[in-house]
Amino acid sequence: MRWAEAGIVVLRVILVFALLLGATVINVWAERKIVADMQSRIGPKRAGPWGILQTVADGLKLFFKESVIPRKVELGMYLLAPFLAVIPAFLIFMMVPFGAPFTIAGETVILQGADLNIGLLFILAMSSLAVYAVVLAGWSSGSKYPLLGGVRATAQAISYEAAMGLAMVAVVMFTATQGDSTGTLSLAEIVALQDGTWAGIVPRWNLFPQVVAFVIFMIAIVAETNRAPFDLVEAEQEIVGGFHTEYSGMRFAMFFLAEYINIFSMSAIAATLFLGGWNGPTWEGTLPAFVSAILPTFWFLLKTYAVVFVFFWLRATLPRLRYDQLMSLGWKRLIPAGMTWIVVSAIAIGVRQFGLPWS
Amino acid sequence: MGLITELLKGLRVTGGTMWRTITGQEMVTTQYPTEMREKPQRFHGRHVLNRYPDGMEKCIGCELCAGACPADCIYVRGEDNDPEDPTSPGERFGFVYEINMLRCIFCGLCVEACPTEAITMTQLFEMSTTNRGDAIYTKDELLMDTQGRVPHMFPDDALADQAELLTADGWVRATAPSGKAAYEGVQMWQGTPGPASWDPEPSQETIDRPTETTDG
Repeated sequence: MRWAEAGIVVLRVILVFALLLGATVINVWAERKIVADMQSRIGPKRAGPWGILQTVADGLKLFFKESVIPRKVELGMYLLAPFLAVIPAFLIFMMVPFGAPFTIAGETVILQGADLNIGLLFILAMSSLAVYAVVLAGWSSGSKYPLLGGVRATAQAISYEAAMGLAMVAVVMFTATQGDSTGTLSLAEIVALQDGTWAGIVPRWNLFPQVVAFVIFMIAIVAETNRAPFDLVEAEQEIVGGFHTEYSGMRFAMFFLAEYINIFSMSAIAATLFLGGWNGPTWEGTLPAFVSAILPTFWFLLKTYAVVFVFFWLRATLPRLRYDQLMSLGWKRLIPAGMTWIVVSAIAIGVRQFGLPWS
Repeated sequence: MGLITELLKGLRVTGGTMWRTITGQEMVTTQYPTEMREKPQRFHGRHVLNRYPDGMEKCIGCELCAGACPADCIYVRGEDNDPEDPTSPGERFGFVYEINMLRCIFCGLCVEACPTEAITMTQLFEMSTTNRGDAIYTKDELLMDTQGRVPHMFPDDALADQAELLTADGWVRATAPSGKAAYEGVQMWQGTPGPASWDPEPSQETIDRPTETTDG
């Protein structure tokens, strides 16, 4: 029995790992293809059908390239930074449930890396850790531009982390009033609480009552993953490649991998918190059993890729923000908006639970 | 609020472009080696040296093309014809004829200068070589055989359009004093067995209209 449980855990972790790597291959390709379409170009086309193997080809090339180590680097940190980038990226996705739990041979298998009861806190912690990779990579490279990129990363990550946390707080407060919940930070339970519909048509997603939190969260995760228009950390036109200027070969590929895994896991978290996670019609009974079993995962991936598409769409549309604009958007708009929204939704929840104060 | 409407405006532009690209309304790229664009009628490609239909070479070794060439890329040496077995109908013939394709600017002045229409241009433009020596075309490469066939650089290449060498550029028509009805239906140049044989002059309407529509 114990061995079976351990085996399932290992299989789950391997599954998450494979899912993330596969998603990264698709994401890189999809980004190039979508941005190409938005610019009236063709995009990768030669490697495999529709160029879908382009990422594999690029990855293999990077794998076999020489990893140059410049003379002035702080060697230990320089070698450690790529791993610091990749590991939190993988760990974040461990919290996300990507399918309905199912029972096989008497064992209940949850499709999730691990169901922690402090899931959201863990996500916040890991996404804060990820910034260490950028800062240390920038500092240890011993070169101007990477250092500038690292310094920018610190301030940016701290500012937008706050806004992201505030948006999450609003969601947690709202889900605490749903069903018979007494409040939870576990993503599996937050997904379960979004099951069903309002008035039979509107899906019971947190998006609808928490739309302001959703907007704040979306802006914050774009900044958190250092994507355009908040990609000041890399900013090719100003500071060459930012923190990864001095990296090449495999080590550069690991930063690249971490960036795309972060996009995918942040989108997955947005889909889980606001778009109902893997909830969706499965038509159990009318469809073959295995189709019904796969459909939740399909809904989850569909919602995640809808958010991922927004990432790419924004990248193709918006120019990069200036640094002071980034800071003023974070501190003067998003954080006040997030705090106001928490107060507003707290009042709304209180009124719903306990009635008007004067009645 | 203004910020958000501006953002939505921007997203509409990129989203609309994506839609038009996917549905093929805005894609301008052609897949070059497999999919060729139609070349304009007056396209200047690589040269050929012509023969008369009876097999005589047209070149008389006068070097006017070399003199006209602004890039100095043509080298010609003439030699007296053997009276018993002449190579060209004139007194002399082009004994050596070399064009350095790395220097050539494809202006077509050699074609205009040639008094016997010996040198003309075709629509072939793919002339990449792996060393500089191969870029100097000699009579072996330039001269058509008596059947009008011109040696192609990449005869085995599946992607090469072998017909390009057989399409003469439209230079004659571009500079012919057409527009006068008297020239319609008249063959302006001497015939050759291969590329540089043109049909009789068509009327201005039939020349200009199709060219404009295919170019645009």
